[in-house]
Amino acid sequence: MGRVPKASSYIGPGAVDVALEVNGDGVSVHVPPHRTLLDTLRETLGLTGAKRVCDEGMCGACTVLLDGEPVYSCMTLAVACAGHSVETVEGLSKDTNLHLIQEAFIEHDAFQCGFCTPGQIMSCVALLKRNAAPTGEDVLRAVSGNLCRCGAYPNIVAAALSAAKKQARR
Amino acid sequence: MKPFAYARPRAVTEALKLARGGATVMAGGTDLLGLMKDGIAAPERIVDIRSLEPLRGWARAKGKGLRIGALVSLVDLETSAELARTMPIIGEALRPAATAQLRTMGTVGGNLLQRNRCWYFRDEAYPCWLKGGVRCFAIEGDNRLHAIVGAEECVAVAPSDLAPALIAYDATVSLTGSRGTRTMPLVDLFVTPHGRVRREHAITSDELIIEVRVPENALTRRGAFEKAMERKTWSFALVSVAVSAKLIGGVVRDARIVLGGVAPVPWRARDAEKLLEGQVLDDAACQAAADAALERAEPLKDNGYKVPLARELVRRTLRRLA
Repeated sequence: MGRVPKASSYIGPGAVDVALEVNGDGVSVHVPPHRTLLDTLRETLGLTGAKRVCDEGMCGACTVLLDGEPVYSCMTLAVACAGHSVETVEGLSKDTNLHLIQEAFIEHDAFQCGFCTPGQIMSCVALLKRNAAPTGEDVLRAVSGNLCRCGAYPNIVAAALSAAKKQARR
Repeated sequence: MKPFAYARPRAVTEALKLARGGATVMAGGTDLLGLMKDGIAAPERIVDIRSLEPLRGWARAKGKGLRIGALVSLVDLETSAELARTMPIIGEALRPAATAQLRTMGTVGGNLLQRNRCWYFRDEAYPCWLKGGVRCFAIEGDNRLHAIVGAEECVAVAPSDLAPALIAYDATVSLTGSRGTRTMPLVDLFVTPHGRVRREHAITSDELIIEVRVPENALTRRGAFEKAMERKTWSFALVSVAVSAKLIGGVVRDARIVLGGVAPVPWRARDAEKLLEGQVLDDAACQAAADAALERAEPLKDNGYKVPLARELVRRTLRRLA
């Protein structure tokens, strides 16, 4: 056991300032290091699109994009997002125009209760960024970390495939 | 989760200083935050190593083998077309692992160092032997998912899918700490909890994994990976099998057979490997090796199914090499 390093090199455990980008805007939040990104989005920033369900990285309802990649925001510390960019379902639409994936979810009735939907949508957005021409199998893999208890998967796959086709035509 | 102090150093030397005196190192955080939320870990200080550049990136240098930095994300390895040509077994092992989100967040180092999934270990209410208690609750309890070989006081199994694949290619791992850097066969990073050793890894609390390396001569081997799960996706392995070998004129050289999910460590079936050496890889040889791989298995009351499952998975995986 070595000497405990100087406290000045650590921040916290009390609240600290964290500057990050959320849906294109620079924001600064004052949160303790143990606060998750999910709780920061929902409780500090009032962005309740990402849902708190299992709160342990099992269900995917809290999925957001961190630097364009899908992550579980319940298993991500807000303090670790300093200097990074976060995108939530609230950031997808521009003015009154829905994102292609959102339109496709409506068109294909890709939800029933809707609670998992923001997470499903963010996973599909991430998939189309990585893979512009996914197969149905690719979509299933992409949303297999997003549990849907209503069983909307066939329509989610149809929605993602149709959004990919529309994206290709643009 | 209990409050903690947090640091995100940019240099390895700084990280090592900050980690002294019992801090906890975090990379992707997918396992650590789970342990903290479950009350199994309660660090007072966390050193987030994700800004350490020397631990990033992977590369194949001609004649020098493959180097994979500890912080490379699982998704980057899984989706690399170049790596699929260099060492396809890595993609095979990672595709059925976890979920897109966890493969994005998770790192190579963290995957290798993840704690076991035993439900008694993960439940705060059970003071199990591995957590410093007096007994293993799984030995008498619900042990469907537990070890069938090689266990001592604790019957939890090594959960990583990546580890068997890398070990089947003779990977080494480099650790750095306040007393310098050491490199060891990756298989030796994993320790069987026993006696006073109540842990699953040989790394000390003030060390970091820097990188994993696969030697050039191993990269010429053929390899295959198979995983049995309770459901088709998003599940830890009931059993996983990674094999590799050179086939020279149809004859096996340097066979490796490594099983996940059957023992407290990634389990090298050395007797089966020896049996294959110099053999033609036909049905009979694959079956004999599969039988030998499970010869020493001693299942618990609920996990007898793992023996024929593992045996058949070894046979099938070997068959794919031919």
